[in-house]
Amino acid sequence: MLFRNVAELVELAENKGVKIAEIMIQQEIEVTGLTRDEIIAKMDRNLTVMEQAVERGLKGVTSVTGLTGGDAVLLQKYIQSGKALSGNILLDAVSKAVATNEVNAAMGIICATPTAGSAGVVPGTLFAVKEVLKPTRMEMIEFLFTSAAFGFVVANNASISGAAGGCQAEVGSASGMAAASIVELAGGTPKQAAEAMAITLKNMLGLVCDPVAGLVEVPCVKRNAMGASNAMTAADMALAGITSRIPCDEVINAMFLIGQSMPSALRETAEGGLAATPTGRRLQEEIFGKKQ
Amino acid sequence: MKYRSAFDIIGPVMIGPSSSHTAGAARIGRVARTLFGKQPSKAEISLYGSFAKTYKGHGTDVAIVGGILDFDTFDERIPSALQLAEEAGIEVIFTVEDTVTDHPNTVRVKLTEGDREIELVGISIGGGTIEITELNSFELKLSGEHPAILVVHNDQFGVISAVTNILSKHQINIGHMEVSRKEKGKMAIMVIEVDQKIDQDVMTELEGLPNVTQIIRMVD
Repeated sequence: MLFRNVAELVELAENKGVKIAEIMIQQEIEVTGLTRDEIIAKMDRNLTVMEQAVERGLKGVTSVTGLTGGDAVLLQKYIQSGKALSGNILLDAVSKAVATNEVNAAMGIICATPTAGSAGVVPGTLFAVKEVLKPTRMEMIEFLFTSAAFGFVVANNASISGAAGGCQAEVGSASGMAAASIVELAGGTPKQAAEAMAITLKNMLGLVCDPVAGLVEVPCVKRNAMGASNAMTAADMALAGITSRIPCDEVINAMFLIGQSMPSALRETAEGGLAATPTGRRLQEEIFGKKQ
Repeated sequence: MKYRSAFDIIGPVMIGPSSSHTAGAARIGRVARTLFGKQPSKAEISLYGSFAKTYKGHGTDVAIVGGILDFDTFDERIPSALQLAEEAGIEVIFTVEDTVTDHPNTVRVKLTEGDREIELVGISIGGGTIEITELNSFELKLSGEHPAILVVHNDQFGVISAVTNILSKHQINIGHMEVSRKEKGKMAIMVIEVDQKIDQDVMTELEGLPNVTQIIRMVD
């Protein structure tokens, strides 16, 4: 392993004068024994799956239960009306994140980033900033490797599982990964990428996993929307030169400890939070009948 | 390190809706199928923790059965796996357990066909990554991501070196290895994850060793 935490990752990239994406690619070569070309091709295929999922979601899909679907389309229409208040790139990211998760909820094909429930944030932000930054295909692939590098640290030092650490471990991690990648694609330094990750994750701490009826629909789709917008905002803050007072690795560790002390009802068991609201309960009964 | 590859984070490509409850579940089912070596006539599946509470919503049931049918995580037949299993003549029995397990996403899978039987416990640790933690009552740790061989043998001196000698002769490198036994001098199991493909001639040679009762191959 070339790196075990964000500090080592940033130091390596700085010392070698390369992007974080490059460190992740080098580590992948070392760990898997595959060639650089094979590894790039593999990520290229994942990128294609993400593109297709966004396209499909933007045409409009509906889940089996009917609980989710169609919001990505509504948001795109709203952007086109020219009345949007919070900026078109931001809303485009939100819409594309929603599109991906609507496809996921409809049992369509997606690429987990880092999980399926949080699969919208990384591609959503990538395909939105693509419109302004005009990256090459290779730069888009690098975006995913940068996300992988930060996600790798979180997965090994904390958790990326909602059942183990709550939504902060899923959408929280995805959002931090995306923020770091946006910064790097926009020309920020490895250090700024880490700041963006820290700022994002700090604002996701404590987020519980409380899916209504146990489905990856409510509130997952909208949590991806907010994850995307959180990532965009934090990336801009980091690019503006704002830093996190708490270092990224310490934020990740805080996330882990919060997850450990989170009650089971709030970790993907559909027994607490929004799942336990009167409406959440009613929806569960409507979908599965009284008591499973 | 639980996660080793960039593609553990950006991946898998999969049918939604949950990487741990759908893709991970499918992978556990598929490892069970691979270890069993063929299609079973009966699959008994016990769900624990979050798997037990939310399996319907996440399609955990169809995913595990899809895996047992040898489907990959992105196979579009997963949503209809229960029906396909029935058509294939596989009896599927689901049990929801209350017992608290070490990991919230735990499943026990028992596959049978005639006298042949395997029983394993798998956990889905997040993002589609899984671990097999128990096989036929032996505790072990198997990721299912690398070629591996499982050697059931009598717990006696010299068996491990005999097995590794054969692997070394065929220039097969061992990435991870562990030995587990239920009781001293009785039945034991070796789990050997390797970097190279394991050909049939290696298998035959291993099967011929004294004190080796069974060899199971797990292909990447």
